[in-house]
Amino acid sequence: MASSIRVRATSNGDITEVQALIQHPMDTGLVKDPKGELIPAHYIQQLKFECNGKDVFVADWGTAVSKDPYVKFSFKGAKKGDDLKISWTDNKGASDTTTAKIA
Amino acid sequence: MTTTTGPLATRRLILQGAASVALLGLGNLPFAATPARAAANDKYPEEAFKQKNEADAIKALYGKTAEPSDKVKLDAPEIAENGGVVPVSVTTTLDKVSSISFLVTENPYALAASYKVADGTVPGVANRLKMAKTTKLVAIVEADGKLYSATKEVKVTVGGCGG
Repeated sequence: MASSIRVRATSNGDITEVQALIQHPMDTGLVKDPKGELIPAHYIQQLKFECNGKDVFVADWGTAVSKDPYVKFSFKGAKKGDDLKISWTDNKGASDTTTAKIA
Repeated sequence: MTTTTGPLATRRLILQGAASVALLGLGNLPFAATPARAAANDKYPEEAFKQKNEADAIKALYGKTAEPSDKVKLDAPEIAENGGVVPVSVTTTLDKVSSISFLVTENPYALAASYKVADGTVPGVANRLKMAKTTKLVAIVEADGKLYSATKEVKVTVGGCGG
């Protein structure tokens, strides 16, 4: 299965800019389906970015993060060719991990 | 989740007497969750995300209150046509930033997202949030142990939390 995570990490020397897009329904548990039944909550709770053995950025998310979430941040201390590991876990215990090379 | 605390939880339940037997299935969950939260501070802040209003959520997450600061720059549209996808971002010139959080005050649960910023990570983040209706958006930046906030009103024409 294709990874649910799409990442672009680009370095301009000192600073690495990371953009990540994840495919996830991010259901709030408050919305009803066409039959009038509540769609149970299903959302990513934690998303981690790890580079060179260190968590550079950790996101804790609630249900108010949009469907197919997008996040962008920058960090220092990495160079081109380094691996950036991205992993998420959701409230149902599902998870996914991918590794991106910093370009 | 319950396997590590299994024997302990069972003994406690027995001590609590027969009345708790009916709650056995439900009871396991709080028993397992409480010690884990105390042990690791990178644990998912479940309680904070359950708070309905902004002040309670900030309190549950940080245990203190924030003061407004012009060093926190919150960028969000004045009018969001689709409340389901509102692009918002925060940047700050503050030093020693350890975390950034977003709160949407009119949502069913105020806290939307909370980011932990490591040393060497640029203090700023952009993401997309859902907003139920026209609301105040609050960004909290924790820097050097203190909380700073910025607030912006976002007009939502179509809400993002209903069907």
